Amino acid sequence: MAEPAVAVSGLRKTYAEVEAVRGIDFEVAAGETFGFLGPNGAGKSTTIGMLCTLVTPTGGSATVAGHDVVRDQGTVRRNIGLVFQDTTLDGYLSAEQNLRFHAELYGVPRAALGPRMDRVLEMVNLADRRKGKVMTFSGGMKRRLEIARGLLHSPRVLFLDEPTVGLDPQTRSSIWEYIDELKRTEDITIFMTTHYMDEAEYCDRIAIIDHGTIVAIDTPEALKASVGEDRVRVSTADDTAAAAQLRERFGIEGRISEGQLTFHVASGEEFVPKLFGGLDVPIRSVSVSRPSLDDVFMTYTGKTIRDAESSNGAGDFMRAMMARGRR
Amino acid sequence: MAAASTAVAAVAVPRGGFNSGVRAVKIVWHRELLRFWSDRLRIVTALIQPLLFVFVLGTGLGSLTKGVPGVDFKTFVYPGALAMSVLFTAVFSAGSIVWDREFGFLREMLVAPVSRTALVIGKCLGGATTATAQGVVVLAMAGLVGVPYSAMLMLKLLGMMALLAFTLTAFGVMMAARIPTFQGFMGLTQMLLMPLFFTSGAMFPLSGLPAWLTWVTRLNPLTYAVDPIRRAVFDHLDISAAARAAYAPGVSWGSYHVPIWLELLIVAAAGLLMLTVASLEFSRI
Repeated sequence: MAEPAVAVSGLRKTYAEVEAVRGIDFEVAAGETFGFLGPNGAGKSTTIGMLCTLVTPTGGSATVAGHDVVRDQGTVRRNIGLVFQDTTLDGYLSAEQNLRFHAELYGVPRAALGPRMDRVLEMVNLADRRKGKVMTFSGGMKRRLEIARGLLHSPRVLFLDEPTVGLDPQTRSSIWEYIDELKRTEDITIFMTTHYMDEAEYCDRIAIIDHGTIVAIDTPEALKASVGEDRVRVSTADDTAAAAQLRERFGIEGRISEGQLTFHVASGEEFVPKLFGGLDVPIRSVSVSRPSLDDVFMTYTGKTIRDAESSNGAGDFMRAMMARGRR
Repeated sequence: MAAASTAVAAVAVPRGGFNSGVRAVKIVWHRELLRFWSDRLRIVTALIQPLLFVFVLGTGLGSLTKGVPGVDFKTFVYPGALAMSVLFTAVFSAGSIVWDREFGFLREMLVAPVSRTALVIGKCLGGATTATAQGVVVLAMAGLVGVPYSAMLMLKLLGMMALLAFTLTAFGVMMAARIPTFQGFMGLTQMLLMPLFFTSGAMFPLSGLPAWLTWVTRLNPLTYAVDPIRRAVFDHLDISAAARAAYAPGVSWGSYHVPIWLELLIVAAAGLLMLTVASLEFSRI
């Protein structure tokens, strides 16, 4: 297989007295959508900063698109796209001028720029506003333009820091449509943070960082399964017979109460079709309730994601980081 | 590297190097021009200060200084007004870095795969160009204060204004690199610019001053930019040698009369020094 898009080994960062990141290891496969979650001050933004070459690690190593983030800073930068939650557009310039500025800084070949610019603008549905000054854009349009700009130089890895924060639900879902389209049409790895757990579900894998260490890393399904099994409730024509068949054919012990058969399995939704095939008793209704990613986050960090992200913490961090310098 | 890609119109970005630096310088410079042009109102408002200086201060004080015949005081302060328009436009243009930091655009530049020196050079050239353009508007008024539109003089003045503009932008960028807020930047530059301007010989001749003021004017780099401008203007006026000696005596260190080439060299050296400091500062952000 191809080399991993991101490979982190023993990565550490210490600020004066504070150990922000305490030696973490993980890999992100090429083409993966990877979610990076954690409470404020957990080391999330410091880690992203190191991967984007904005923060110099104290120890350990990390490669992005196969290049070392310290030794090969310039190459890493050419291979990543960054979309931060705070806007980094020039409001006095038009959408097109903002893109052109980016293309020149990243050395996009002039001959390729025209078609590439059309493509990214179409992808985020801003082609008709290309001449408009960015200061006249809504929050959602600005975010879309930032995503378009982040993609302009065909990065191998796109970093999205809270890509939908502060947007209304409709705009949020349209942003996700663009990201989805992006995954289908571009050969790209997405590394993102979010505090919307319904959005974290879109990730192929999720890492949760707390107190500078990674406390959990797996697919959303597996993470939820690790927290507890799904609860399935079935209402059948003959619950007693159904419970007997469940025991015989699936080895699952059910419980009959309140006119329903209740039992626990790892992936309830995947089990339901098997259930239909496996039971001879007619089934009237099925409901599956499962541990949510909120439960997962709570279990691993002791905080709900809303406590953890109540303010715009990551943005504050990025701003502070730019002010502090990257020593 | 790029495998058979399904991506439509994906682009391959080349490795960096000298060319990528040149492209970065050009686009940062270009953005300064776009910003300058999109804010045409500022071109007009920035005219008010030099106009007040020449026509109000020049006329008012002119009634006191009728001593030397043949020279209008407005003509005397005109070179100072040229320097003034360049001074404020250049430093204000550099101040947009602070603005960019507050509005996040600076981050877009800082995370790009280009050297910080290229960014600083682009910024300084951009500021130099726009400040020179602003100076040209004041230059166009030469006839109103009795300065002839000689092609030679205009070219000389243009060149000297461009040099001054570059140095002042470098000064502004150096300051902007370490100041987090726009208010702070404006406060600091106001605090520094007025004394620099007052002690540069823009408002009075640099001969026969008390010792302390002589020292201050000689230590002020702006002095070496204002003096050549004034000498160029006075070289093209049809006036007596006595008047020229009184109004444009040049700069001397003790008995050494500083030649124009050395004055311009001092300005250029100061500019390059501040440019270097500015890029070092930006490399550490």
